[in-house]
Amino acid sequence: MHMADALLSPAVGGTMWAVTAGVAAYSIKKVQNELDEQKIPLMGVVGAFVFAAQMINFTIPGTGSSGHLGGGMLLAILLGPYAGFLTMASVLVIQALFFADGGLLALGSNIFNLGFYTCFIAYPLIYKLIIRKGYSTGRIFAGSLLAAIVGLQLGAFSVVLETLFSGITELPFSTFVLLMQPIHLAIGLVEGLVTAAVVAFIWKARPEIIEKAALGEKLGGLPIKKVLAGLAIVAIITGGVFSWFASTYPDGLEWSMLNTSGKEELEAPDGIHQTLVSIQEKIAFLPDYSFKKVSTDAHEQKVSTDAPETEEAWPAVDAGTSVSGLIGGAMTLLLAAITGLIIRSIKKREKASAV
Amino acid sequence: MSNPADSLYNIRILDEFADKKSIIHDVHPLMKVLTTGAYLLVTVSFSNYELSGMLPLIFYPVIIMTLADIPMVPVFKRVLLALPLIIGIGLFNPLYDKSPMLVLPWITISGGWVSFFAILIKGFLTILAALILIATTGMTRIASALRTIRIPGVFIIQLLLTYRYIAVLVEEAGRMVRAYSLRSAGEKGIKFRDWGSLTGHLLIRSIERAQRVYRSMCCRGFTGEYHIGREKGIGIGDILYFAGWSLSFVIMRYFNIPEMIGWVMMGVRR
Repeated sequence: MHMADALLSPAVGGTMWAVTAGVAAYSIKKVQNELDEQKIPLMGVVGAFVFAAQMINFTIPGTGSSGHLGGGMLLAILLGPYAGFLTMASVLVIQALFFADGGLLALGSNIFNLGFYTCFIAYPLIYKLIIRKGYSTGRIFAGSLLAAIVGLQLGAFSVVLETLFSGITELPFSTFVLLMQPIHLAIGLVEGLVTAAVVAFIWKARPEIIEKAALGEKLGGLPIKKVLAGLAIVAIITGGVFSWFASTYPDGLEWSMLNTSGKEELEAPDGIHQTLVSIQEKIAFLPDYSFKKVSTDAHEQKVSTDAPETEEAWPAVDAGTSVSGLIGGAMTLLLAAITGLIIRSIKKREKASAV
Repeated sequence: MSNPADSLYNIRILDEFADKKSIIHDVHPLMKVLTTGAYLLVTVSFSNYELSGMLPLIFYPVIIMTLADIPMVPVFKRVLLALPLIIGIGLFNPLYDKSPMLVLPWITISGGWVSFFAILIKGFLTILAALILIATTGMTRIASALRTIRIPGVFIIQLLLTYRYIAVLVEEAGRMVRAYSLRSAGEKGIKFRDWGSLTGHLLIRSIERAQRVYRSMCCRGFTGEYHIGREKGIGIGDILYFAGWSLSFVIMRYFNIPEMIGWVMMGVRR
């Protein structure tokens, strides 16, 4: 479920970072407004609880396997959506740093996938709706189970979209979706059952914890339209900026444009757009490099017999380049190893002379 | 992350590395965070088929790890543990993309395999970069870097508290699971019947602990600020560190260095 850096393009990773930063900034403002200082240590300790609970193996009845708790939905129910989102964010920061669970560049995507859908979609629209008529074990169970499943499904779908837009995998969209959604339905079911069991238990043992959290924030107060509009603007701007890091072959977005409009890029009209385009071409940090320029005749012949739509994607197939890349690659790795050894020996000598 | 003892060990060993002293450890945390960011961006900006071009990026972790005295084996082990997901998704590429890419005199390698290895290398380098950052900086100094760029205090306090209490609560969870397993005669995990009560008890204990923590924080004058000590200012050396690495990343991005070396080795000039 955790996205890795290697599966993202800079454009998608950067956009998701910006969107997540926007949601986080909004949540921080909200939490500060209702500032109940007591909530800060509560957020910290409950965040650590999610870690601890992830260590527990839950045996799935009827199967030999076991499941784990993810925690997003539980945090929303215990702390409310804003504090829940922030706590989920810090849990994911620590996971990324210490456990290499999802990378730093992918952090924006991961916080969004695991925190946003649970706290801002599934929690208000499903859990709160079911709980609306008052608390009962049945409603709490149904509400948290359903909300956890839906939250995870949305998150999994988001992973599919992010990976495809990044243009990393060759998997077709439909196959990828058919692969991801059922797996996460199973995971979500376990997650939902654990969440429901815990929330129902807490409600019986200490009802005030569950009820107070739900009272803390008003559901009607969430200006969802404003939030979404803001997010859209941020996403468009950063998406534009980060696309300067464009990869050589059409990425997912370009690819889908190619399929829908027949053109890889929408043509910009004259005037200011053209000027901007030429400026962008000049300052683009990493323009569409090398591949298209070096394509040789042999390559074009080979490709033209193949599927035509892959034409853009393929660099020159050229034995000389292949071999030189291989030899040079081996040399580079060797040089890197030697550099490491040299630094180490210098340090050892320094240490010896210091003693 | 299934074994409590393992995950605590994981955090502790990285904390220990972060406590060492070296040139790298002395660099301002913000500059290290920014350098890591630049490295990640450049690494993932390589397309799936530029396998040879991204190899020089290995110089960054090699140089930092040797300068900072971080042992290779435990760090590499952690990287390997994180790779299966990347392998899982990357492995579909050879199935779907069979057009020839690398033509060597004795073998032709398909584009799918090239992109699979490119994803694998990217995964390896990006995971390594994150681990190196935490192993040379430590959580508290990363928090102070976040403070330098004016991330609101609420988030930083809460991040540090979560980090601080992981050890406490993981131990607590470990004790509860051990007690449960001693009384459940050979069961492997927690039975469905007990999911709610076991985890729920842990949660109630955590919340009560949070209340005690809050009270004791108040006794020590907590007013919504969490003091983590002052970081020294950003010096010229720190800026040079960031600028130097960024420049080398850009050079690695623009020029396919291994291929150039290869052409030179083969005596061909283009």
